[in-house]
This record gives sequence, C-alpha cells and structure tokens, in this order.
Amino acid sequence: MKVLMFGWEFPPHISGGLGTACHGLTKSLAEEDTQILFVIPKADSEITAHRVKIINASSILIPVQEDRNQLSEAQSKSEATNIISNVETIVIGSGLRPYNSPDVLSQEPSISQWNYQFPLSSFVKVKNETRVRYQFSGGYGPTLMDEVEKYAKVAEEIAGQNTFDIIHAHDWLTYSAGIAAKEVSRKPLIVHVHATEIDRAGENGDPRVYKMEREGMEAADRVVAVSQWTKNIITSKYGIEESKIAVVHNGVEPKEMMKGIVVPPIGKRIVTFLGRITHQKGPQYFIDAAEKVLQKFPDIHFVMAGSGDLLAKMIERVAQLRISSRFHFTGFLKSDQVDKIWTVTNVYVMPSVSEPFGISPLEAARAGVPVIISKQSGVAEVMRHAVQVDFWDIEALASTICNLLKYESLSKTLIHKGDEAVRGITWSKAATTINSIYHELTA
Amino acid sequence: MSLQRKTNKRYLNLYFQVHQPRRLGQFNFFDIGTGRDYFDDGLNQIIMRRVAKDCYQPANLLLLKLIHKHPGIRVTFSISGSALKQLEVFAPAALESFQMLAATGAVEFLSETYYHSLSFLHSQKEFYAQIKMHDDKIYKHFGVRPTVFRNTELIYNDEIGMMIKGFGFKGIFTDGIERILHGRSPNRLYQHPDKNLNIFLRNYRLSDDIAFRFMQKKWNDWPLTPTKFVAWLAAMQPTENLVTLGLDYETFGEHLKASTGIFQFLEGMLTKVTKHKKLEMVTPSQVISLIKPAGVIDVPESISWADEGRDLSAWLGNDMQRDALETLNRMELKIKETGDQRLLHIWRYLQTSDHFYYMATKEGDDRGIHDYFSPYASPYEAFMNYMNVLSDLALQIENRERDQIHSEHAANTEFLSPDALKKLCTDQSKWKPETLTF
Repeated sequence: MKVLMFGWEFPPHISGGLGTACHGLTKSLAEEDTQILFVIPKADSEITAHRVKIINASSILIPVQEDRNQLSEAQSKSEATNIISNVETIVIGSGLRPYNSPDVLSQEPSISQWNYQFPLSSFVKVKNETRVRYQFSGGYGPTLMDEVEKYAKVAEEIAGQNTFDIIHAHDWLTYSAGIAAKEVSRKPLIVHVHATEIDRAGENGDPRVYKMEREGMEAADRVVAVSQWTKNIITSKYGIEESKIAVVHNGVEPKEMMKGIVVPPIGKRIVTFLGRITHQKGPQYFIDAAEKVLQKFPDIHFVMAGSGDLLAKMIERVAQLRISSRFHFTGFLKSDQVDKIWTVTNVYVMPSVSEPFGISPLEAARAGVPVIISKQSGVAEVMRHAVQVDFWDIEALASTICNLLKYESLSKTLIHKGDEAVRGITWSKAATTINSIYHELTA
Repeated sequence: MSLQRKTNKRYLNLYFQVHQPRRLGQFNFFDIGTGRDYFDDGLNQIIMRRVAKDCYQPANLLLLKLIHKHPGIRVTFSISGSALKQLEVFAPAALESFQMLAATGAVEFLSETYYHSLSFLHSQKEFYAQIKMHDDKIYKHFGVRPTVFRNTELIYNDEIGMMIKGFGFKGIFTDGIERILHGRSPNRLYQHPDKNLNIFLRNYRLSDDIAFRFMQKKWNDWPLTPTKFVAWLAAMQPTENLVTLGLDYETFGEHLKASTGIFQFLEGMLTKVTKHKKLEMVTPSQVISLIKPAGVIDVPESISWADEGRDLSAWLGNDMQRDALETLNRMELKIKETGDQRLLHIWRYLQTSDHFYYMATKEGDDRGIHDYFSPYASPYEAFMNYMNVLSDLALQIENRERDQIHSEHAANTEFLSPDALKKLCTDQSKWKPETLTF
C-alpha cells in the first residue's frame, strides 16, 4: 500500500495539534509497512521521519506553460510584487484567520505573537524560462489563501510524477491538493478532519474556509473524523452522509517525561491551561474559575500557556479580577517548555468550547497530571476517567479544581487512571483502522 | 501687591525635568526563580549615554555659556534619583556639567522622590523615605538641600500638599490646568487652602508650544521664534506676575534633535528674556521671597501633567496598571521585614512610574506619546514582563524569610543575646544607598 499524503505542518515546526497528529499517524502507518509520500509546503533538514518519504512542495518545479494563467491571476491579486532576479515575492493581504493562530495577523508585530517562536517567512515564487517553483512559507500568515491554492497546483504535479494507491489529505488546507491529485490520478481520496471552521469560530467562520472544507468532504471517497463529536458536526453542519464518515480517534506517543521540578517554583500548587488563546479553547472560563478557586485557596497559582488573538483580552480580564499576582501568562511555548510546565502542574484544565479531539489532555495525563476536560471535546470519548464538565459551567469547573487540590486520593486516582487510558490510546490503533480503510477503498 | 506694583516685573521661572527610568530587561516566565537580573542596564547605559551626548551635555554647556554672558538667567532643575544614579555610573561628564551649573549660583534644584515613584498614593512613610534619599543625593552632588518640591510627573492634590508641607517644604509644582483654576490665570503664585504652602502652576500652553508644537508645521504660530515667544511672555495682563515654564530637559536634543534648531531657540529666547525690561528670571525660592500668593487653589482630585486627561490615568488608567501596582504595594511589609537592602532597593526601583506608563492602553494622541517612551511592543508585554519580575521578587522574599529563620536558629545556637540580635537587625535595616552597586 502506497499513500500520497498531504499535510501542512510537521515536527519540529508545529503550531498546534495538526503536526503532532500527522507525525504520530505516519509513524505508526510506516510500522505497518504502509509506504507514505508525505507532502508539506516547506520542509527543511530538521524534518525527518522514519520510513516516510517527505516531499518538499517548495522544491517542486512546474512547467511554466501550465502556470501562465496562475501567474497573471496571482499578480492581479497581489498588493505588492517584488522581482529580484528570478525571485518573486508575492504578498497578499487576505485578512484570513484560519486557525486564529498567533502569526496570522503578522503584517506587524502584535501581542498575540508574544514569545511566539514559529518562524515567520514569506511566500516566494522562483521562476526561470521554463519552470516555476513556489517557496511556501508553510505558516498561517496573510498569504495563506494563495499558498493553499498554489499548493494544489504543486500537488497536481506531484501526483503526475509519483505512483501511489490512495490519497490522504489532512485538514482543509490540503483538501484542494487532495482533489487535484485525485483528478490527475483517479485514485480514491480520504480527507481527514482534525478540526472544522465550526469548532474554530462557531457560526462566524470564514465562508471561504467552510466552502473548501465542504468541497473536500464532498469530493472524498471517505471522510475520517477524529471523534464522534466531529462526525456530528460534519453531518449536521456540512450535510455529509453519515455512512461516508469513519471515526478514528487520535493517539498519543509514549514519551519519557522529565523528572523533578525544572520550572520556576512560582507556587506550591499550579493549575494550568495550555493551548491557543482563542475563542475555541474557552480561556475565559478558566480565568473565571480561577477567581473562584482563589477565594477558597488563595495560594494557588494559575498558568495560562499559549498565545492567540484573545491573549490581550484575557490579560485584561485577569487584571480586572485583581488576580495577576496568582495568574501567569507565558506566551507561546516550545515543546521542551511544555514538558517543563507539566513537571509543576497539579491540575490541567481544557475548557474548550468545541474541541474536535484535543491531544493536550493526553499529553498531560502521559506526564502524570490529572486532567479536567470539557464535555464538548472529542477526547472526552476516550478519556473515561478524566473529570468532564460543561465548558460554560464555571461553578462545576471551580469546584472540581478545588476537589482535586484538596483530596490527594482523588488526584492520585486520576493520575493512575489517566496513565492507563493513555497507554490504550495509541497511534498504532489509529493506524490499523486507517489501514483497513485504505484496503477497503482500493479493493 | 505693593511690591508688585513697585517693581512692575513679570517673573519667569523656567524648570527642566531630568529623568531616566531604570528599565527592565526581558524577563519571561521561565526566568522566574533563575536569579536573572531584572534590569537591562546595558540598554540603560546606551540610552543614558546617547541622551547625555545629544541633550544633557550640549544643553548644559549652552546654559553655562549663556549664564556667563547674561547673569540674569535663572534655571531650575528637577533630576530624579534614578537619573542621577545613571549619570554617575554611565555619564560622569554630564553629571559634572550639572555640577558646574550648580556652581554658578543661577540654578536651583527641586526635591522629588528618588525613584520617580507613585509612593505618595500608598504610604507616607515610604514617600518620605524616597524624598529624603533624593535630597541626600542632591546634597551630595550639588551641595544644596531643596526647599521646593515637585512630585512625579507633577502629580498633585490637596492631600499631597498637606504631606509636603508637613515634610517642611515651602512650595510645590503642579500643572496649571483649567480644572483647578476655574477661570483664573495660571500666571500667578497660589497657595494651599489650609497650609502655608506655595503652589507653582506650570503654564502648559506656553510650555507645550516649545515641547510639542515647535515642530508642528500645521500649527498657526509655526515657526516659533524667540521674538514671538518673548512677545507672548511680555504681553500678559499686568496682574500676571509669574510665568512657570516646565519641560522635559530631553526636549533639547533628544525629543527634538539639534537639527530642528531647538538649541538656537533656547539661546535666543533666554537672551531676549534677560534683555527685556519687563521680564526677570527667577528660581522658585526667590519667587517665594519676592511675591505673595494671589489666592488659594483647591485640588480635591489628583491632577498631573500627563496625557489629555491630566490625571492619574497615564499610570493607573486600566486594570493591568492597578493590579500591578497593588501587587507591588502589598509586598512592602514583607520586603521591609527581610531587612535586605538589596531587595528593598529593587522593590523601590520597581515603583518608578514609567513601568506603569508602559502598560497604558490609551488610544489617540496619548498612545503615540506612550509608545514613544516605551521599550515594549505593546502594553500587554510590558505588563507580563513586569508581573514575571514581581513573581520572581516574591520568591526572593520567601527565600529570604526562610534563610532568616535558619540564621536566627543558627544565631540562637551560638548564644547571641536577644539584644545583640535586635541590634543586628536594626543595623541591617539602616539605609545605606551608597554601599550599593547601583
């Protein structure tokens, strides 16, 4: 079985769960002897994967003939075009906010980028007489919509140059690429839904993104949803037939965790929120619960790790409640910094408003941290022993945090059960299911 | 009144504010508890040397030259302790030029808090301690003790007036805004409603004509020339017998670069003033001996010279600023209990109003001015950085408390008498600023 897979990010350059999931899944698929050609917009030498061939879309040459239309189109849309010898930088202000990701508003430095380490680079077009090549930024910047479109163009070329049995596209950014590859090769297409615009923005999402998501799901021979929660959204909000959707839960990779305390000992007991500080993740519920907890336990410290478009608002809220001396903002954290945070965390809270899956609670559990998750999350389907609350129920959230802090036996049980659960939630399980879908579709 | 009629003079008091905060370095969450320094003295050095080269030294040399030429020139300086310390360490030649000015006898120095702080809000004892530190420093460098006070950024209210009178000062500076004047002229000397404390009101229009409008080409009166400016000073009502001009000293050569002609303006203006029959330059303590207050000024609510609001909103306008300051103030008792002079000094440097100024979230013209001074990309970064520093300081206090319990324990095993222990503690808590490295 040979799979042409399209992704957008891959470790170590990740901004969220998508890169982590792609890495975990491809690794386990490779172990089952599935061959994978993994395409990403921008690959450098730091990106390596065992038994997975990484194709760097930025290095693919496309005959200029085919590109003529695209070129004039791109130029008419671009606000500024600089041609330095054969390098053309296309800067397009699309105003799109696909992931509410820290670098989306990156025209000028802003608060949401505070401490943000993800490299900011530009989308460049390199052209000579007969060939053209797009140097993707691979981020989520202002050129994103144009990059998504050109990525599909490159996908067409890759599909023509390679042989494979099936196409597998991860999230809306790559659905057009998947569709293009399907048209060239006539091979079946799987779209893998890690998140939807509905999760990210409720009903106020970007219609362009929604449209690409729906087109991808409609063109696909099978839609893989990361949870029943997501499957329900796909049927109810995108009108996709239930029978076409398979639920495959994510896994979590085992990892040797740091031992001992390696982070500032800001307090004896710490409650942590970790994720993008966006509407979807429900940071305001965490803050309101923190205020209630502090009334009972004035010496607890809270950490809000991450960055996003709501960061400034959340800082203001914390200051308004006069709890800044107990509430710390770290900005965006790199993976080793996340591990450090786990070593001092006593309770991890994920109060997401709508979470397709949610890998962070599993990572917390893997690090021996008791977890509270919202009922509105996919991970709730696999973490039977995590405490679950409605994201909006601040009373319940605060009271659960207090209980976990007060009753060591409860917290110990949760740690134990969490550890057990994490062992059962593996990428190899996910890979086995995915593999059987591959065989079914290619049979 | 009789004196005034006799002399028919209009007195001009020109005062310059010299201040540089001790700016913090980037201090992120993972720096908490690592022992990393809070202050970016590398940056502070760069800024202080630049401002000394572009402003303090050339402006001081110009004043020295002019005072020599025109003995009637009088200038008043208010130099914060944190600026003085940075002059000492980073720009001794500039400090020397201030000392040369002091030696002319044509210059008076005002009192203020050493740390350019908002301590008056929180603790009279702390407020006094910082004023005392500042005045000791002024005495050390200039051989005089100030008798007139100027609070951080001209912040003033009746209660501050009461405290300042209680501390023994004869006068205080604040901004001459309409809100407190109720139609009266700022160009007179006033006094506190209950106390015999003289109040100097800065003429903010004329001051801002120089500081802000000198380079505003859209301004009707642009370009500002010494002749025009001195004509305005001369053309006031006969009863307007005292004009106080107050500017950041950095206006000359730093905010407005030398190429704008600001030094030529200063030179021309001072020369013309001293030659004008009606105008006479004075220092604040001269004013107090020359004229009587024209009336009482009531200031129930705090005012300042900052932002359009001319109130405390530049430093305490949003929740971040208030939460940060409250958190800082809550540490006072614990910091003092440790008896650790280094921690106390740091805690006081963290009171410098600039830290809170950087956290302002104002819009419009105010925002531009805050942004100009701020080393941070946004007020939120200023806040997070500051709070991380406070978290670290809280940890340091805790560690000291623990050490103290240990050392007291150790001391007891060595059979130190309770009296000896007590003496040890009081000796420690005596303030010795000069023994500190910064």
